Amino acid sequence: MSSSYDIIIVGAGIVGAACAMECARSGLRTLVLERGHIGGGTTAAGMGHVVVMDDSEAQFALTNYSRGLWLALRPQLPADVEFDLCGTLWVAADHEEMAEVYRKQGFYEPRGVHVEVLDAEAVARVEPNLRAGLAGGLRVRDDAVVYPPCAARFFLEQAMQYGAELRQAVTVKRLLSNGGVELADGSRLAADRIVNATGPWSPELTPGLPVRKRKGHLVITDRAPGFVHHQIVELGYLKSAHSMGQDSVAFNIQPRLTGQMLIGSSRQFDAEDGGVDHAILDRMLRRAFEYLPGLKDLSAIRTWTGHRAATPDKLPVIGPTVVSDRIWLATGHEGLGITTSLGTGRLLADLLLGRPTAIPSDPFLPARFEKGGASHG
Amino acid sequence: MAERVQLRVNGKSVEVTPGTVVAAAIAMAGESKFRRSVSGMPRGPLCGMGLCMECRVTINGLSQCRSCQTLCEPGMEVLTDD
Amino acid sequence: MTEPRSRFDIVVVGAGPAGLAAACAAAEKGKRVAVVDDAPSPGGQIWKGEQSRLSIPQAQKWIERFRRSGATLLDRTAVIAAPEPGVLLAEHPEGAREIEWSKLIIATGARELFLPFPGWTLPGVMGPGGLQALVKGGWPIAGKRVVICGTGPLLLAVADGLKKQGATIAMIAEQAPMSRVAGFGFKTLRHPGKLVQGMGIFARLRGVPYRCGVWPVQANGGEQVNSVTLADGSNQWTEKCDLLACGFHLVPNVELPLAMGCELAGGCVRVDANQLTTVPDVYCSGEPTGIGGVDCALTEGQIAGYSAAGSDDQAAALSNERAGWHAFRLAMSNAFALREELKSLANPETTFCRCEDVAFGRVKAASGWREAKLLTRCGMGACQGRTCGAAAKFILGWGMESVRPPLLPARVGNLTRTNR
Repeated sequence: MSSSYDIIIVGAGIVGAACAMECARSGLRTLVLERGHIGGGTTAAGMGHVVVMDDSEAQFALTNYSRGLWLALRPQLPADVEFDLCGTLWVAADHEEMAEVYRKQGFYEPRGVHVEVLDAEAVARVEPNLRAGLAGGLRVRDDAVVYPPCAARFFLEQAMQYGAELRQAVTVKRLLSNGGVELADGSRLAADRIVNATGPWSPELTPGLPVRKRKGHLVITDRAPGFVHHQIVELGYLKSAHSMGQDSVAFNIQPRLTGQMLIGSSRQFDAEDGGVDHAILDRMLRRAFEYLPGLKDLSAIRTWTGHRAATPDKLPVIGPTVVSDRIWLATGHEGLGITTSLGTGRLLADLLLGRPTAIPSDPFLPARFEKGGASHG
Repeated sequence: MAERVQLRVNGKSVEVTPGTVVAAAIAMAGESKFRRSVSGMPRGPLCGMGLCMECRVTINGLSQCRSCQTLCEPGMEVLTDD
Repeated sequence: MTEPRSRFDIVVVGAGPAGLAAACAAAEKGKRVAVVDDAPSPGGQIWKGEQSRLSIPQAQKWIERFRRSGATLLDRTAVIAAPEPGVLLAEHPEGAREIEWSKLIIATGARELFLPFPGWTLPGVMGPGGLQALVKGGWPIAGKRVVICGTGPLLLAVADGLKKQGATIAMIAEQAPMSRVAGFGFKTLRHPGKLVQGMGIFARLRGVPYRCGVWPVQANGGEQVNSVTLADGSNQWTEKCDLLACGFHLVPNVELPLAMGCELAGGCVRVDANQLTTVPDVYCSGEPTGIGGVDCALTEGQIAGYSAAGSDDQAAALSNERAGWHAFRLAMSNAFALREELKSLANPETTFCRCEDVAFGRVKAASGWREAKLLTRCGMGACQGRTCGAAAKFILGWGMESVRPPLLPARVGNLTRTNR
């Protein structure tokens, strides 16, 4: 099969877009295929965190690397990406959670992440709308918030400036292990390598991949500038949302540059339906009211849902599949795909071109799963 | 008819008959600008039926209230142009 | 006074003509009926204020009948979600309301279609129906100079109403050509009630210039409108005004039926002979099934009410009457069809989405409604795309997507069910 492209990226979400930008920048002849809209899937449904996280060394490495790339890109980001360096405030409700604040501080500081421990008074001063009586918190200064669909569009525009092509309203039916893709209309497109960047839908093209859809709900309010100043996350998050078991909710709010408040979060497996589940919405909002009682009086204008691409070890899948080195993966980013999109793009391009990677790639390789998590034929 | 309702619009006292909507009281107070759009343009009511959201004002400290669907009540404090 | 939780045999959403008629029919059959409406008083948009000011005998008759019917009015109650089958979640100034139903009748009426043109966002530019409603709510109109433009029979009714309240109607500019408007007038001869009503209006509007084939191209003013530039295809001229009432007929309010999963056809709710939608136990009457006016709404409302109450015979007895109104509905939609010129009134710089201030040029560059929403914020604001979405449908031919709760902006606290 003669290849007219070096690489075909399936999916124009923020991860596919970042991969396209990095591949095209590296001189690869790149084609992006999208069945719907740019950033119209998980990218459109997410909150838009740009944050460092510390669940594991690998997660920290990728989020910290990615956040650095966001900060470097900041001067070039168009206004509609709504980049806001608001920082993250992890709030501790009690002493047990305060211990977690110190643990995080102990983790981040030696690794060069700018954090501050806030006591109860300081938390009340920086976020007066939080309820009284919280134990304290940890402020992560260089965390930010973006509007993801426009970020995806910007990455694709960059990719196209480097010569990438984008085709929309194209549905890929199959990835071919000898290179290329088969489209829904039966036609084929050839490429040396294919990247499956279809997020929660990636197992449809890569059967056996251990990526599961994890549903989330969000509520956005009308403009209420200054209601909160940081993105605020509860530390109870660790106890609730990260358990892979049953449905969970956690308090998480973001101030958007528009002045709107974006309220999360919920996590549900085995909930394919895209409709709003009022029972979990109820739990999610009640949790938020426990932290921000004044939230009840803001005007809610929209509620929506989306699906994250969750993996068993909470790390994305980046690299070649075991069955075919022509089929690559860039998926499984769960709730951190906005942050890690840029790191993923770099990592993928470096691996493709055999360049040294800025962070260890092993924890993200598909090979870590049994059978490489794929069975192509 | 004898009954009157007194309220304040941007600090200015307005007297209306019962059944008057807040949007009307705002117009009586001589205000044409109910809110400022996100890019700063002046806006006033459009649909008059609570759907277009152009007549949003702050009533008794609560922001984003639809003035066309809210009846005047004694002592109400109405702020426009928020 | 309403309870946080209530339960009725039949819940009617909307207290306009269709909703009141449905409630009367069902309650008179002994059913426990509630009518839920966002407004503080019954009558809907068209009969607003009729419970206290006697001016439309038909409205008086129905509001009186409704009062005697035993049905409950849940006023100032905006339906915001249908969290599970048989339950509506609503917002009341005192908090969230959960309303349970065995049968639901949707009578959510219509809103005006607004089309963007330069200056349309200036304070003082309003829908004719919107201005009429505000005047009924006490808006000072006496001595004000008003230009009324757009399309539809509503322009005349509003001119009549405003004139009675002391406004000076500088001009009524109907976009439809005279030939079609006259043809429609002739068709109303088949509906004597409409004819008498129409003649009365014409008599009272004597001396008010009524021009057909004329449409607005620009509203002028700094902080508020002070004149409008009108066009007839060959000339343009400017009329001074204190208020510009401009609306391009009506758009059915189908958000609740969509949220319930009801099928639409041609932008209207699909119903069977009993006004039953494609969802079991959910009926729909009046404007959401097609813009047909007050009389059509009253007939459809009664049919829904009777059939929801199990009186299919009485429902069936009204089917000929309804057929007549449906003929009128078709004639009206043909007569006031919108001219193509209205699709190009907006400049690339003209604000298209009023909530998020998105210019027409940016919206037009998108491939469709969803892309426009995602990449430009068009339709993402507080009106939830009701204004710009309807305009995009006419101007750009874009379809809407499904609706999400809240169906109207609501306090976050009221999105949680009951106890705040």
